[in-house]
Order: sequence, then C-alpha cells, then structure tokens
Amino acid sequence: MTAVADPPAETTAEIGKSRLRKEDQHLITGRTTWTDNMSLPGMVHLAILRSPMAHATITSIDTSEAKKRPGVIAVFTGQDFAETQGNVPCAWPVTPDMVNPGAPSLAVTQVNHVGEAVAVIAARDKVSAQDALEAIDVEYEPLPAVLDMEAAIADGSPLVHPNTTSNRSYTWAFESGAAGTGAPIDDAIASPEVTVTRRFIQQRLIPAFMEPRSTVVQPIGEGVTVWSATQIPHILRTMLALTLGIPEQKVRVIAPDVGGGFGGKIPVTPEEIITTLVARRLGKPAKYTESRSESLMSAHHGRDQIQDVTITAKRDGTVTGLDVHLFADMGAYLRLVGPGVPLLGAFMFPAIYKFPAYRFVCEGIFTTKTPTDAYRGAGRPEATFGIERIMDELAVELGRDPMELRRQNWITHEEFPFTTVCGLTYDSGNYEAATAKALELIGWDELRREQAERRERKDPVQLGLGISTFTEMCGLAPSRVLGSLDYVAGGWENASVRVLATGKVEVVVGTSPHGQGHETAFSQIVADKLGVAFDDVEVIHGDTQSSVKGMDSYGSRSLVVGGIAIVQATDKVVAKARRVAAHLLEANEDDLDFEAGSFTVRGVPGGSAGSSMSMGEIAFATFTAHNLPDGMEPSLDSDATFDPENFSFPHGTHLCAIDVDTETGRSTIRKYVCVDDVGTPINPLIIEGQVHGGLAQGIAQALYEEAVFDDAGNLTTGTFVDYTVPSASDLPSFTTERTETPATSNPLGVKGVGEAGTIASTPAVVNALVDALRPFGVNDIQMPATPERVWRAVHSGAEKSDRAEGGTTAYGGASTGTSDGSDAKGEQL
Amino acid sequence: MTRINVNVDGISYTDEVEPRTLLVHYLREQLGKIGTVVGCDTSNCGACTVALDGQSVKSCTLLAVQADGGDITTVEGLAAEDGTLHPVQQAFHDHHALQCGFCTPGMMMAVRDLLQDNPDPSEAEIREGIEGNLCRCTGYQNIVRAVQAAAANLSSTGGQS
Repeated sequence: MTAVADPPAETTAEIGKSRLRKEDQHLITGRTTWTDNMSLPGMVHLAILRSPMAHATITSIDTSEAKKRPGVIAVFTGQDFAETQGNVPCAWPVTPDMVNPGAPSLAVTQVNHVGEAVAVIAARDKVSAQDALEAIDVEYEPLPAVLDMEAAIADGSPLVHPNTTSNRSYTWAFESGAAGTGAPIDDAIASPEVTVTRRFIQQRLIPAFMEPRSTVVQPIGEGVTVWSATQIPHILRTMLALTLGIPEQKVRVIAPDVGGGFGGKIPVTPEEIITTLVARRLGKPAKYTESRSESLMSAHHGRDQIQDVTITAKRDGTVTGLDVHLFADMGAYLRLVGPGVPLLGAFMFPAIYKFPAYRFVCEGIFTTKTPTDAYRGAGRPEATFGIERIMDELAVELGRDPMELRRQNWITHEEFPFTTVCGLTYDSGNYEAATAKALELIGWDELRREQAERRERKDPVQLGLGISTFTEMCGLAPSRVLGSLDYVAGGWENASVRVLATGKVEVVVGTSPHGQGHETAFSQIVADKLGVAFDDVEVIHGDTQSSVKGMDSYGSRSLVVGGIAIVQATDKVVAKARRVAAHLLEANEDDLDFEAGSFTVRGVPGGSAGSSMSMGEIAFATFTAHNLPDGMEPSLDSDATFDPENFSFPHGTHLCAIDVDTETGRSTIRKYVCVDDVGTPINPLIIEGQVHGGLAQGIAQALYEEAVFDDAGNLTTGTFVDYTVPSASDLPSFTTERTETPATSNPLGVKGVGEAGTIASTPAVVNALVDALRPFGVNDIQMPATPERVWRAVHSGAEKSDRAEGGTTAYGGASTGTSDGSDAKGEQL
Repeated sequence: MTRINVNVDGISYTDEVEPRTLLVHYLREQLGKIGTVVGCDTSNCGACTVALDGQSVKSCTLLAVQADGGDITTVEGLAAEDGTLHPVQQAFHDHHALQCGFCTPGMMMAVRDLLQDNPDPSEAEIREGIEGNLCRCTGYQNIVRAVQAAAANLSSTGGQS
C-alpha cells in the first residue's frame, strides 16, 4: 500500500452546516400524519374505563347497560381477554431474581393504580364510546393504598401484588472493590477525614409529550397493521408478536408523525395491546386516542427516587469515596425498561470525578401509583443531580469554592482516555475548556462580587450561583454491555442506502424520530459521504415494512449509533461505486480519488475526457448494467448494522444565576449559560434546539413540575392546570455555546445531544437556589422549588422545622417529605 | 342537532352538529381539518388554536354552534393560495421554532393574533403573549426568535396577511 497516497479528503460541505429542517414543511402547513388523524373505512372508536381506585379487588363488572347504548358495538373487560392478552412486556429483568408479578393490559381481578384500564368500549364514533362509559357498573373492594417506598418495604406493609411476598422487585448492587474497577468502598467509608451525607428526593415527573398517545390497528388476515404514536416501531412489532402470539412477519408497525416522546413513548403500552385485541376480536380497524387527563394519569411517569448519597474526602478536598443508595419507585407495574432506568444512572454518579471507591445500590419498589419508566435522561439526570448537589455540599463542609473543588477532582483533558471507578472508559473530553468558556460567558466573578454585596446589605432579593459540570453516557448501547446488564435486546442500529437510477439516494434508517430532525441531519451526512446534493437524499423511517430492522430512538442514540450505521452503509456504496468507476474508466481502483461525488483518475488532468465519473453517472451505469465488472451485482445499494464498542460521553458546564426574593419565595433565573461538548456538530441549529428544549425540561424539574398523589393514591396533578409544564413566560433566554472535542469512538466524532440539557440543568438551578439561601441556614430545597417551599426554607432554614412536610405538594406524603431529623446534614425542604 | 354555517379556510360549510360538539372536534371529525389538533382537555395547551373572525380562539373552548356564521382560519389556511408561506410560518421554519411540530399550528395562530395586536412586541411581551400555548420541545427560545423575525418581516412589508 505504500504506493497509495493519502486517502481523499472528506468533503465537509454539509456536516456542520445549520441546515433548515426538511421536516418542517408539512408540520407548519398542517399536512400532518398524526395517528389520531387516521381514519379507515369501518373503523371503530374505543374508549377506556379506568380505575378510580388506587388499589382494589374487582368484585364484579356489569357491561349489559353499556352494550345497549346507541352506537356501541362491543364492550370488553379483562375477563374477555384474560386468556389472550398476556402481559405488558418488560424487557429488562435487572437481576436474576427480580420479581415481575405480571401486568395485564386490562385489569382482570385487581386494580393497582388509579387510571388502570378496566374495560373498553368499541363504538361507531368516539362520542358514543365515551358516553357509554358511565353505563358500565364496576364493584370494587378497596385495598390499602401503598404510596411510600420505605413503608412499602417495611415489615407488615400491605402488598401491591397478591402473588408476591414483598413490594421489593429487586435489589441491584455495584461495588468497585468487588467489581475490580476500584478500591473497596468500605475502606473509604471506614476512616474518612471528611464525610457528607445527604438525602435527595427526585420527585415524580410526567413526560408530557404534546401529542397524546394514539393507536390505530387494522387487522389483515392473521396479522395486523398498527399505527402508533411511539418511539419504538421495531421493538413494538417484536413485542406485539411475542405478547399476543401473532407471527412477527405478519405484524407491521408504522410510527407516522409522532408529537414528542422524551422517553414517554418508549414502552409498549396497555392501550396498544388493547386496541390490537379489540380490532382482531371484531375484525375491524380500531382507534384509541387518549385524552390529556388519561395521558397524565396512565402513561408512564418518570424519576421518583429517594437518593441517600455519602461522599468522603480528604481534608484537602480530594474525594475518596462515593456511596449511593437509591429507592426507585416502579409504580404498580414494570414497564418496558422501567427497572433498568436507575441503572443507567449507576454508572454516572461518579461523573467527571476521580473517585477511587464507589458503591451503588438500588432497590426497585412497587407502589400503587402509575408505573414509571424512562423520562428524558433516564437515570442520568438523577445521578447528575445527586453528584453535583453533593459536590456543593462537600465544598461548603470544606469551606472551599465549589468550582475549585470540582477542578481539583475532575479528570483533566490530558488524562483521556480515562477508565472510571465503575469501569466505563471515557474516550475524550475537556472539562477545563468548557468550564472556562462558561465562566467567561456568564461573567462569574462579577456575579460573585454582586452576590457578596447583596448579602452584605441584606438585599431582600438574594442572588444565587449554581454549577453543574456534568457528563452523560449516550449512544445506547454496546450490545455486550446491555447483555451484561441483563437487558434482553441488543443496542445496534441498522441503515441501508439505496442509489436510484437517477442518482438520487434513499436512506432507510432504523431510528424513529419524533421531533429530532433526523431527516435533515442524516441527509447532511449522506450528502457529504456520497457527494450528492442535500436535497437529493430522502430519509425513510418509521415503518417496519420499509425500514425492516432497527432499535428505534431513545438514549441519545440516533446519531451516535444510527448515524454511524449510515456512514458504514455509505462506505460500502462508495466501495461498490469505486469498482464500477474503475472498470468504466479503465483504471486501477487504487488510482481513483473520490471527492465531492466524483471519482477521478489520479494524475490525469482534471476535466480531460474519460478521467472522471460522477456518482450519478455511476448510478445510471449500474442501473443499466450494460457494462459492469465481471461477477458484480448490478447494485450499489448497501446496508450496515452498527454495534458500538463504547458509549459516547457528552459533557459540559452549566451555570445558573438566580434571583430569589426572600420575602415572597419567588425565584427568577437571571442568566443561564451552558457550554456543551457534544463532539463534532452535524447541524448546530438542531443541536441548539435540542439543548434549549432539554434545559426547559431540566429547569422544570427544579422549579415547576411534580406528579402529586393524595393519601388515597389519586393523582392530583391530572391536568395541565395542575401539572405545570412551563410556558414561555416561565423561562428565560439561554446562552448556549459549545466546545468541540470529537468522540474518538466513532468516525463522525459525534456524542449525542438529546438529553444533555435536561441532565445538566436541574442541579445547576437547585445549586443556585441553595447558594442564594445559605446565609439563611438552608442546605437543600426539595424540588420543585416552588415559591412556597423557598419561602418556608428562608423562614425555617436555621431551625430544622418540618419544612415542606406539612405542604400538600410534599413528595409522597408526609412520611417522605423530610429526612431523618436527627442528621443535621440530611435536612430536606 | 343544530344547523350551522361556517366558512373555514375559504370554503363554506353547512352542517348539522350536536349542541355539545366542540369546535375542534367539528373541524377535525366533520370537516377533516386535521391540521388543527387536540393537546389537552382543559384549554391549557393551545394546540387547537384557530382564528375566528380574525381573533385567535382555542377551538376546544368553543362549541361549534358558537362559531355559527363565523369565518375561521386554521393552520391549513395560513399560506397563500399559491403556497407562499405566511410570514409566521416562514419565520418558524427559518428559526427552527418547531421540533415535533404538534404545538406548532396553535402556536402560529396565536402568534399571528399577537402580532395583529402588537406589531412590535418586546421579548417579554412575546413570552406573555404566547403563554397560553405550551411547547414541550423547544424551550420557546427559537419561537421567540421566530416571532421577532415575523414581526420585522410584517412591519417591513406593510402589515398583516
């Protein structure tokens, strides 16, 4: 190979450009394909009767009156499908002894959370179906609600599920000494110079995608075609086949326009199964679309952890150990990846710091609440919150500047690749650069001076400054790692590239977008790789009949895994095209340069006849197949299935300056600056948009949102009146910048950006709030930090009173509203 | 059933509706105007916003019978007949003011009304002006930019279309 010159330079005409989105045109003109828009001849409309009880035995259901209502075609209960409905699937048995009591789509004998489906009505139109719900008579025998995680696993607690012996589903543990990835945690904890222990509460959140979930099922022969507002058409196909016993090849799933997901459309849902069951039973197409209140009540929730975090350090600030114990609320049932969500945080608690010893224990617990599963970030926001909050607390304990303490302990840019205490190898990063840029952008030193001045004069509006220096693991996931974590599927992604006769290109991907701009970003990649025009690339996705293989979209994987599959497929196309070009140009393949979509014989003056062929010319020559190399198939089409070797590790520094009115409790974000490093940018415009939206959701966890249950287990935040998704007037404008440290683990250098803003921002905001209120003796504020909670913190901060305990929005009722009052460091607000 | 006459996006319709039928359900289910969507049950999210006689309304908050005799514009009627996008539509595209796009029809209709009332809004006025419309994807920042761009465009071209 010594005769071969350097490989042709990559053209980068498209990658890195802020292309406006291809997706927009139909969305801004109302020519959309939301599932609920779908109407099929003969279609029946479904309405679902949901449990008003958190926990009860169903003693009888009388549907006879409902069946007589005008327009009603059929009424079904769990008994009607008891033999066929199987269980709503859970694909992540995190331990060999994890208890999964089963999850019927329609309750058969017992309901375990408010909103659980109890009966379904099929009618000629939606109104008739909904009207008839009131005519179904259900008798319930109440059982005690199980709402508090710690009480749920105490001796004598009522059981959520009668077929279990405990409300503990699993205990999953990692310890660096035992794993051989670090020192034993017991040694670190036994003789620390400094120890700080805190209890943090990750309140329950609701993904609250804007498009309510909807499913249309058309039975066709033995099989079905399913349209669904889902993030996972491919997984749904396989799971519907396995759950209902329909041969997989007879199941087609289509995810048309999907209006947001944020993890909320990851699981296979009871409603998808119910709609399929009814359509098949009636032999008619059926549609179910949830209302917003049904969505908030029965679509899965997220977060909901109690985090007991202990950090140990030397007096000089060097961290020596991190010990994390989680209680994670599974809700009433295990959903698709629900048990695994906290584990995605297990590897992220050590974050960017060089801990020598680490332990993580998580107990997954059943309660009579809505099931939980992935919500944007899925495990990593919780971990990032825990570590970034405790780093601030350690800094206070040591009397150190919180940024200096971080700097002392983080992995420096010279130390990459760096293998962490939990065995992950971070390939690249530059925390110093991102931090320096962020500090400069926000004007940190000036803000600190202002803060001191306002403290000095006892300004009723105090200024707080918060830090979050975060990393995350993206690009789910190396299949071997998923296997080691007992996930039942792989983490590869598939793409195929088809070169049409006219030189236009179709790219079929297994990822399934719901707002991320895949069509645009993937077109940019293909345009560069094949040297074709951006507009000549069509991205096809979301239909298992055309996109036959895929693992879908979640965990910031679409670009990092799916994008690399595209690159590999285009490499194969170029290799085939090179062979055709060499044949037709009568040159050696090794003597051809490929640049900007043309093969040119090296050393032959440009423009001379017979010295160059474009991809379009090669495509047409391959299509006609009149003169191809001997034995070559007449096709340039190629596909690739990419399984990543490692995760990617975006990182960044987020800084928040917040004004806190100590007289009213009102807090207002004054400045929010983040510098994210997501590797090589494909489309900076889309990156910025992803960060904006992520920030809004992370800030909303800090300040606004919480799913609240009353002591009978009723969701009291079941509408957008009560579940307060922020509006434009609740949020500031953000300053979002980037540093670029390419990932070394993939050929694009990309890291993923879907979740970064959400993961990083929550602790930045809470650290800022607490920073503002330190002079009042406050060392934590429970999220969401409503004005009431802030006010209470200010007025009882130094006194260890009951704080938020008495408030109606306290997490999980009074018993988990505060931590053990005997520990001065464990105060909760 | 009650008979109503409405004009929707330039087409006249005469229909029998139940008195309880919401305008958004009439638009979607009887007229097939599926560009307008339903995002909540409580008039909080604004995804269903349309213009009735030039004023933006949440079409889930209005009965179809209340729109009798009215002139309704939905997202499907925003662009010119030749397909030229309305300045608000163009600005949303140019400034990446949508991701999943579900809130977008209602958001654009609300913005159109906002700019009729206030052709040169400040950022705070924009944020307050659209606070009745929820978006879960964008964090609103690019929507604000789009509104500013649309305002500039409309003022330079002499007003509302």
